[in-house]
Amino acid sequence: MTSFLNAMPGAVAQGLIWGIMAIGVYLTYQILSISDLTVDGSFCTGGAVCVVMMTAGYNVWVAMLAAALAGMLAGLATGFFHTKCGIPAILSGILTQLGLWSVNLAIMDMKSNIPLNVNNYDVLISLRYLQEVQKGTRPFWQHPILVVSVFTLAVIGVLYWFFGTERGCSIRATGANPNMARAQGINTSFNQVLGLALANALVALSGSLLCQYNGFAEINMGRGAIVIGLAAIIIGEVAFGKLFRNFGLKLLAVSLGAIIYYVVIQFVISQFKMNTNYMKLISALIVALFLAIPYWKQQYFHKKGKVRQNA
Amino acid sequence: MLKLENIWKTFNAGTINEKVALQNLSLTMEEGDFVTVIGGNGAGKSTMLNAVAGVFGVDSGKILIDGVDVTNLPEYKRAKYIGRVFQDPMMGTAATMQIEENLALAARRGQSRTLRAGITRAEREAYMEQLKILGLGLENRMTAKVGLLSGGQRQALTLLMATLQRPKLLLLDEHTAALDPKTAAKVLDATQRIVEKDNLTTLMITHNMRDAIAYGNRLIMMYEGHVVVDVSGEEKKKLTVEQLLNLFSQASGSDEVDDKMVLS
Repeated sequence: MTSFLNAMPGAVAQGLIWGIMAIGVYLTYQILSISDLTVDGSFCTGGAVCVVMMTAGYNVWVAMLAAALAGMLAGLATGFFHTKCGIPAILSGILTQLGLWSVNLAIMDMKSNIPLNVNNYDVLISLRYLQEVQKGTRPFWQHPILVVSVFTLAVIGVLYWFFGTERGCSIRATGANPNMARAQGINTSFNQVLGLALANALVALSGSLLCQYNGFAEINMGRGAIVIGLAAIIIGEVAFGKLFRNFGLKLLAVSLGAIIYYVVIQFVISQFKMNTNYMKLISALIVALFLAIPYWKQQYFHKKGKVRQNA
Repeated sequence: MLKLENIWKTFNAGTINEKVALQNLSLTMEEGDFVTVIGGNGAGKSTMLNAVAGVFGVDSGKILIDGVDVTNLPEYKRAKYIGRVFQDPMMGTAATMQIEENLALAARRGQSRTLRAGITRAEREAYMEQLKILGLGLENRMTAKVGLLSGGQRQALTLLMATLQRPKLLLLDEHTAALDPKTAAKVLDATQRIVEKDNLTTLMITHNMRDAIAYGNRLIMMYEGHVVVDVSGEEKKKLTVEQLLNLFSQASGSDEVDDKMVLS
């Protein structure tokens, strides 16, 4: 139990970082009703761009902005495949994701791993900072949990504002009912591309934070990101759905969902001494289960209805 | 106001499912015309409306709205001129959004969507007044999700949305067909009031011959993708269902009449 408690702050920090990615997934999955698999690639793109820029001497903020823009481009690519080439959204995302594998390696100078030594660069967050704040050798306001929390709240604030504007409302309408949206003069294709770009910018931003936190960028860092994103959305919905009605709070629930996900995983790892290589299988099964529940519920109620009719 | 010139449209061309939906269809509507459209299944009524709205392109021919050639304009750009209510009550509104949000989206039809507020306080008050006209009590449920409304309420709301920003052309595609008779009558009544109030140029498909006769100043009947009967003015006012059936068999050269049309 002590090992779990000791690992808690790290798990929360990781959850917060991935939570920003999950908010990006929320934009496509819940608002645009698109399952965007680009994220598995664009997460790493964000990390790769950030590390390469920082090691080239750029300021951390410039590097993160560049990472977000790179993610945006990845989203644009998926949007182009989907709206201009008529490729189904899910396949468009898979194509971009596959292509990004090479792009990410190219960004990282064909190396699968690039270190970002916290001693040599002025990073925003780091696992090292977390330990140093706990030891008392660093001011508390540099604690990664605090820094990423502020970051998350800022992201939620901006999104809350944006989705209340005319353009933001039209994006929500595009996802809710594209027929209605077009009948009301909304360019649904443009909005889908815009939404995908925005979502992947957030995903890449999250990737840029994670590589700073870990101290390296790695070609596999985004593998399974979409599943983690969906898990965070589902956990957030299950845990806070009844409580949080407001759009901003719903985004907050996604972030909290990601934290819960990482805390639970940390618990499983430290309590059962499980090989971490099994985590992806477990995550996949848990997400599959939660996605299946609404369907099973419907099937069950449907049958019940039929019985009543016959009686 | 609306001019259709020699429109042809074939679905699934070159396949076993080939269907010529519109055959050399021409129609001219004057400003303020309220035209009711009847015809059997597959006569091309809905295809005509969707072609006007731009849901798909046509194979040949021209579509003009108020003198503007919209033949090659995408659906969302044509929306500037057109208000639409669909047969399916689910289709015209965004179920997961609030009543007032749906109205605000509709109020901006034909305008570019900026970063200004999606809905303002002044708008809310205006929508409340507009909803009162419908007489369904929706003015007290402005922030309710549209998904919670009944089919009739949703159609009435869609109707209001279609006309909130005065359209040059109002397209109604059997918009009461999915409703129970009582609700259908209410929605039709609301339609009549709104069309009269704003003097809207309206094209209404119906499968109910009595409604087709009772509403509007002009009635057209479609058969095999074009207009076969066109009655207006005094002649239409005196029209009976029986006469209409006769006109139909003369025009189509057969006495087979769609079951649905006789029953309704």
